[in-house]
Amino acid sequence: MKYYDKLIFELSKEGRKGYSLPRNTWGRSLEELPQGLRRSSGPCLPQVSEPDVVRHYTNLSQMNFGVDSGFYPLGSCTMKYNPKINEEIASMQEFSGLHPLQPASSVQGALMLYRDLARALSEITGMAGFTLAPFAGAHGELTGLMIIRSYHNSRGDFRRTRIIVPDSAHGTNPASAAVCGLEVVQVKSNSAGLVDVADLKPLLDDTVAGIMMTNPNTLGLFEKDIKEIASLVHECGGLLYYDGANMNPLLGTVRPGDMGFDVMHLNLHKTFSTPHGGGGPGAGPVGVAAHLVPHLPVPRVCEGEDGAFHVDYGQCAGDTSCGRVSGFMGNFGVLLRAYSYVLALGKQNIKMAGPLAVLGANYIKESLKDCFRLPVEGVCKHEFVFDGLADQSSGVTTLDIAKRLLDYGYHAPTIYFPLLFHQSIMIEPTETESKETLDGFIEVMRRIAGEAVADPQILKSAPHGTPVRRLDEVTAARRPVLTYRALADAGLAAGR
Amino acid sequence: MAKIVEGLLYSESHEWVRVDGGYACIGITDYAQQALGAISYVEMPDEGEEFARGEEFGAVESVKAASNLYCPVSGVVSQINEELVDAPELLNQDAFANWIIKVELDASSHVDELMDAAAYVEMCSKL
Amino acid sequence: MGFAYFPHTDEDIRLMLERVGAGRLEDLYSDVPSDVLYGKEYSLPDAMSELEIRRYFSGLASRNSKLLCLCGLGAYDHYSPSVASSVISRSEFQTAYTPYQPEVSQGTLRYIFEFQSMIAELTGMDCANASMYDGATSAAEAVIMAVSCAKKKTKVLVSEGLLPQVVDVVKTYASYNGIELGFIPCCGGVTSADAMTEGLSGEDVAGILVPGINRYGIIENLDGFADEVHSHKALLMVYSDPSSLAVIKTPGEWGADIVCGDAQSLGMPLCFGGPYAGFLACRQEFVRKLPGRIVGATSDLDGKRAFVLTLQAREQHIRREKATSNICSNQSLMALYATVYMSLMGPEGLREVNALSYGGAHYLHDALVDTGLFEDAFGKPFLKEFTLRAKVPVDSLQKALLDIGVFGAVEVGDSLVNFCVTEKVAKEELDRVVEHLKSVLYEVL
Repeated sequence: MKYYDKLIFELSKEGRKGYSLPRNTWGRSLEELPQGLRRSSGPCLPQVSEPDVVRHYTNLSQMNFGVDSGFYPLGSCTMKYNPKINEEIASMQEFSGLHPLQPASSVQGALMLYRDLARALSEITGMAGFTLAPFAGAHGELTGLMIIRSYHNSRGDFRRTRIIVPDSAHGTNPASAAVCGLEVVQVKSNSAGLVDVADLKPLLDDTVAGIMMTNPNTLGLFEKDIKEIASLVHECGGLLYYDGANMNPLLGTVRPGDMGFDVMHLNLHKTFSTPHGGGGPGAGPVGVAAHLVPHLPVPRVCEGEDGAFHVDYGQCAGDTSCGRVSGFMGNFGVLLRAYSYVLALGKQNIKMAGPLAVLGANYIKESLKDCFRLPVEGVCKHEFVFDGLADQSSGVTTLDIAKRLLDYGYHAPTIYFPLLFHQSIMIEPTETESKETLDGFIEVMRRIAGEAVADPQILKSAPHGTPVRRLDEVTAARRPVLTYRALADAGLAAGR
Repeated sequence: MAKIVEGLLYSESHEWVRVDGGYACIGITDYAQQALGAISYVEMPDEGEEFARGEEFGAVESVKAASNLYCPVSGVVSQINEELVDAPELLNQDAFANWIIKVELDASSHVDELMDAAAYVEMCSKL
Repeated sequence: MGFAYFPHTDEDIRLMLERVGAGRLEDLYSDVPSDVLYGKEYSLPDAMSELEIRRYFSGLASRNSKLLCLCGLGAYDHYSPSVASSVISRSEFQTAYTPYQPEVSQGTLRYIFEFQSMIAELTGMDCANASMYDGATSAAEAVIMAVSCAKKKTKVLVSEGLLPQVVDVVKTYASYNGIELGFIPCCGGVTSADAMTEGLSGEDVAGILVPGINRYGIIENLDGFADEVHSHKALLMVYSDPSSLAVIKTPGEWGADIVCGDAQSLGMPLCFGGPYAGFLACRQEFVRKLPGRIVGATSDLDGKRAFVLTLQAREQHIRREKATSNICSNQSLMALYATVYMSLMGPEGLREVNALSYGGAHYLHDALVDTGLFEDAFGKPFLKEFTLRAKVPVDSLQKALLDIGVFGAVEVGDSLVNFCVTEKVAKEELDRVVEHLKSVLYEVL
């Protein structure tokens, strides 16, 4: 990776252009609009040529690290290989050219994809129905919680406004609950890293809307008491929400529906191989048990008796949908990619996906646990957490280890999460990494543990070989410079 | 080791209070600023806003953490420390020299429920 | 056996199991109660080769019809430059995660900074975030943000001139979040200023959300709105089409505090509704309440200019239930798309896109009214989309269009239909549409 310092604005020169458009022969002019409705002066956007643009963004891309660049053991993010055929499918003009409001008769193929993917996800997860509208995992959580509230409200059960969330949960769980107007009640983990059933019991009463669980949890441990938890929560009238962020190890092996979950989301950008895109777009479909199907959001894709598909906007009287959660039908382009992956897996390959992911994680864990502190022993699922180095006398922190990994050509694991430990390093290899790749990573992690003793300074000042070194995040937060205009005002814009 | 100032009153949520007549200055303790690390922003209420004891009146943010501020006494905000808007790092430099808000105390301000320095040191030692 | 995406040979698996101390792969699930293990075969299709996958999707594709798009309503068929799709397909961008490790994510961080800068320029705001899911959810987030800025007020007024899907999503979020919504009706096709004033008089309103261009395609005249709203200590939020903001008065110029909308109009493929990218911009004083990812400029240890995710103390991974929003991603790659698009177009290109769309839309508008099959619904200024009152049954009209492969005339009210023309549509195509409607609809007039 090489450092490249330009911003596109800094390549701008008055009079350059990067577009070509048809000649304007309409004989009309924007000046016909009342002056009071027109912008007084044009926006300060760059004026650059097409080659300028291409080279600039190519240069930017070379300061980035993706799954295609190398091993990306980022815990809870499931950075598996993103198959290229999926991209080819998603770019087909017959899909990418469809307007979302086109009449159903002209988009039967798109609606069929919607039905087929929802059906496949139902089969894989043991749920009765799916909405594909949510745009991301957190959006799926919010939608799922809306479904839970809609269900309780439809039964006149308005007191259920509390939601139980384990202390090991992803930060989005409590945040989604709060956006949904629910009060968050935390349940503790026990010494084995699992939800403490004894701590849970006293929390259960008729004000509980449900519990959000991640299984395996963020320590990568399977919540083996799940059936007992499910029956306890159900007995008190609550529902169980499954955070699908950690679904990958169960792919082809365990179905959330069979564990007693009523509502769940999947992250198609994790478990179903669609690219993360530097933060999105992803997709967070939500599946529900049969009794919650009427509460799924609108619009819904329905199949008529004649086999034709149509879109139901929920306008009939008595509709119990939780509402509308997205402008149109979700990230359709992402849904196409996910279904292409489902077809590649098929019923044969899916059975190996989860187990190989689990094998990789255990392989790394067992190979490194003498050098790094393993807080909970035993078999893990797709990921596991180290609590820093086994020998912490050098003062080398998890941050230092993460930064040093960048020097060795690996992306860093997830760090300082879960919050249960002070030096969390969360490692998730996925099933698309070879034994050789894992061996290489293990060797480097051991080397780093050695450096911590021999030359801790090289870790504390890492990374050394990246386009930039550690950043001054404090100044960035104290005096935010968020636009090029602000940057120029602060005298930090570079000249040409 | 966190600094303590004798003669101030303290809350369980790590605010200090200096009562002066019918007014009180409120800040965060040295213990709190150490726990947060480099402070990047102090969210303060508007002057004239009223808070009951224990009510949230703002927040202190660092790069990787955030902590809500709870009003240790009941009263009306008479002044906020404008210096902290541009220089939140003052709280890191000396947490006791930089108050965050000044409050005009209510008749039942609950000042008597606050800890003295010794009690606060005792509490911190158990954390 | 073997599968292209899984690199493990039988020998690899054996060696790895040995290290782990397990006999078989099944042993790795020994902690899972046996009654939740799914022992059966999944009812899924047989695994497909790449050729079979292509064949399957070609089959699906053949069941869709490519229509000439004369519809807007929140998704616009603008020209998509080849450079934009080429850039976003670079795997360094596409296969990266959220830029948590800034030292190896300067590419993503820089384009997000550029995106924020460009959205701020278009909207006339001081700052913008790294993007939201879509326009409708960005509007919902704006409403929640306004309530959070207003502290103790929990009511928001929403114009009925907003796109229906935006109103619906705002309603959904508000109903669960505990925000009371009031509605400002339209009068003569535009948001009623009188009704707004009336709604604000209760002094319980945190903010109002109005469209820049409304569901009828009319450019709203927001003169006086900001003063009225601010005099009641409320915030003005404007839902905007960013493409149009290169030429029409910006929310900043109208005095808005928060601007939301969908960046789809910046050349993004229609793609049946997504992925697009919502955006959210605001005045500097509200930046600490702005939800979502935000990138800021800083420097590294050597003093090199560098970029980083900042103001994270607002976000869910730190604040958990006290966060400004639950969002923990953005539509990053689509934000890149928009950034590349805006870079290519520049101020002149965007102006020309609007001028071409304006010309085509007004040409079609006048030609349709001239047929006598329609009359102008509101007689107010519009840019690229407009509403006509159909004098023929709307279903006959829609069918007549579909018969010649045209999608348009979506009903937006009783006998009111929407048309939209972008720079992609040629005069010959519009002439063909008008002639066809004349030939088949005069008999039902």
